Amino acid sequence: MTDSKVSYKTSDEVDFVIIGSGAAGGVLAKELSTNGFSVVVLEQGPYLTENDFSHNEIKILNEHYLTNNPKIQPTTFRPTPQDKAVKQPALVYGRCVGGSSVHFTANFWRFHEIDFNERSKIGEIPGTGFTDWPISYADMEPYYTKVEWEVGVSGRAGASPFDPPRSKPYPMPPLPVKSSGVLFENATRKLGYHPFPAPMAILSQPRPGRSACVACGFCLGFGCEVGAKSSSLASVIRTAEKSGKCEIRPNSYVHKIEIDKNGRATGAVYFDAKRNTHLQRAKAVIVSANGAETPRLLLLSTSPQFPNGLANSSGLVGKYLMPNSGVVAMGVFEEPLNDYKGYAVSRIVHDFYELDKEKLGFYGGAGFDARFDITPVAFTSFGMPPGTPRYGSQFKKILQHNFVRTMEIFGHGTSLPIEANSFSLDPDVKDAWGLPALRMTYSDSPNDLKFMEWMKDRAMEILDAAGAQTKWHMPIESNKFAFHLLGTCRMGNDPKTSVINPDHRTHDVPNLFLCDGSSLVTSGRGQPTMTIQALAFRAGDRITALAKRGELHG
Amino acid sequence: MKPIEPARRHFLQQLGGVAGAAWLNAQWPYIAAAAQHAHEAVQAGNPTHFEVFTPAEAIEVTAIAARIIPTDEQPGATEAGVVYFIDRSLKTFASEDLPIYKEGLLEINRDTSKLFPDVKLFSAATVEQQDRVLAEISKDQKPPQRARRSVIGRSPDFFQVILGHTMMGFLADPEAGGNRNYVGWKVIGRDPAHTFSPPFGYYDKNYPGWQPVNTAETGKK
Repeated sequence: MTDSKVSYKTSDEVDFVIIGSGAAGGVLAKELSTNGFSVVVLEQGPYLTENDFSHNEIKILNEHYLTNNPKIQPTTFRPTPQDKAVKQPALVYGRCVGGSSVHFTANFWRFHEIDFNERSKIGEIPGTGFTDWPISYADMEPYYTKVEWEVGVSGRAGASPFDPPRSKPYPMPPLPVKSSGVLFENATRKLGYHPFPAPMAILSQPRPGRSACVACGFCLGFGCEVGAKSSSLASVIRTAEKSGKCEIRPNSYVHKIEIDKNGRATGAVYFDAKRNTHLQRAKAVIVSANGAETPRLLLLSTSPQFPNGLANSSGLVGKYLMPNSGVVAMGVFEEPLNDYKGYAVSRIVHDFYELDKEKLGFYGGAGFDARFDITPVAFTSFGMPPGTPRYGSQFKKILQHNFVRTMEIFGHGTSLPIEANSFSLDPDVKDAWGLPALRMTYSDSPNDLKFMEWMKDRAMEILDAAGAQTKWHMPIESNKFAFHLLGTCRMGNDPKTSVINPDHRTHDVPNLFLCDGSSLVTSGRGQPTMTIQALAFRAGDRITALAKRGELHG
Repeated sequence: MKPIEPARRHFLQQLGGVAGAAWLNAQWPYIAAAAQHAHEAVQAGNPTHFEVFTPAEAIEVTAIAARIIPTDEQPGATEAGVVYFIDRSLKTFASEDLPIYKEGLLEINRDTSKLFPDVKLFSAATVEQQDRVLAEISKDQKPPQRARRSVIGRSPDFFQVILGHTMMGFLADPEAGGNRNYVGWKVIGRDPAHTFSPPFGYYDKNYPGWQPVNTAETGKK
């Protein structure tokens, strides 16, 4: 279903073509169209809405209803650039209008001051690209507030002593606590920490056209049937369409950015659903295709002027991939939590946001939550204590007892930016359209592995303090699969060491902008979407100002 | 999800009274549509014939699934209609696994005869013999690892495949064709409703409300 009030011809030179309709693309579509610019959003996935969603895990998860499909979009993986990449699923992202914000968990933490200037504070980390951002938390604060009010974030201002300053409270109170939240709150208080209600991009109160959360459970992986999850789809995309200046064009797979002889972008070349090729002309191009597909599109867009890929004079397009460090520990409790109900998370701690590198011997910062997000089928594989039989009477008894009594402690943290960790084009494997597949090169740094061990120990302590009868943790090993796609076209002032400037403009092409997870300079503490959207609101202002000064045409 | 029953409607109306009519109005069409959709799917389900299995194969699949999730005082794979779910899956999203089944079912009967020369079919073995066969064919298999979050994997091994499909047929949303009458969810304690309100579980009953920690005491900023 599309209810666009406007449609443009591909031959119309619109003001902006935006590639991707996810967390960032949706915000930019709304900001630029309501500022009066004509906008075409090209989304590779379908236009699904609330009535298309369900919690049928076979259809949604196994059949990749909302996400990239490895059958038609194969990926490859190798630990280091010296290895030959092997074909295997390496990443997941939302492939529908609204992007990954449709299926995410909706943890919406602001970054703190430290996330923007940590390099200055703790010094160089040899062998990494660890550096400060060219913008500060103060630059971002108005946009964090804007995200909270425009997309709808529930939370309690001032609840965490570690929170950065804010100009306005949350627009609505936090969601009600869950049993996992109560156990977590009591345990972390006992340990001397400061638990607080989780800020979530889920409505605790209704908004026009959107229901408050009905607590159906299992947000991660699924679209919200009642519009309570504050995806781009449920929020900014609708406003963009109402502006009468924005067309959302689904099933449009962009594979090249067209460049004229003066080195300026003239539009985006895409396949429609029938694999016919079109060129959507535009005065300026914004790529918000996510931290994997944005660099891939630039690397695919080679030309005599840009033989190594578009906007890649630094050679850094696709590099410094940061997927966030994460650990999961699980515990089983005496009484039923029924934590499958509700939303994933109701309580978190930020006591570990800034760890002491000198004291601990590694760099890192983390946040922890208590949650339950394992659907019943997946629970039989991934939710049972080690040593549980995989089938049979004993298996069934444990399954029956544990499903309602299990919770997870999830630690989320920093990843160091390492140049070799990257997305690039696979030289051999092609997708169903005949284009080079994404190749992921990734090894967690020894620092990050140490940090994850440390997080795992904290998670196990929390389960102990919470009174878990049984507890265990997922293995700590280097990531081979990425959920958070960050840092691959990083922002900076120096064209030699970054891909975009603080206005999200590429250093090399004056009317080409990149804005999504790829823009991040550091990884934050594991919850990037809030910052991606704040960056997009800020980019909307910066790009509008440039356009109004006529600087996009000069 | 299940059809909205009188009790649930009453509950929604109560919530509407608390949160205001706007809340109810905003969500009612969505919930109703979703519930209706699931209802129709469930009604349309429960087929009685097989799309890809021969009757003989269906008997073996039923027997294997019944040892993976046995029926005890609670329903098991048989009552959930797992064999029908698997049959439908092999026609749809799991069609590439069909050869694994065709070969695997022949193989498991051969394995049964190897261990118990008088027994020609897995389904003809005693429960104890069946458990021996499954233990034998699954003994070298490593359990899947969940590195960080759930990704349902795929394995070419027949037992791994039927194990995964049996779990799906027992526990996935009935819209997918298994978990008949929500028996799988009843076993694990999942209420099939699509709308809940606190308290959700034992530990959030009587929650007094969130209070800040006295930060001066702990010396935090």
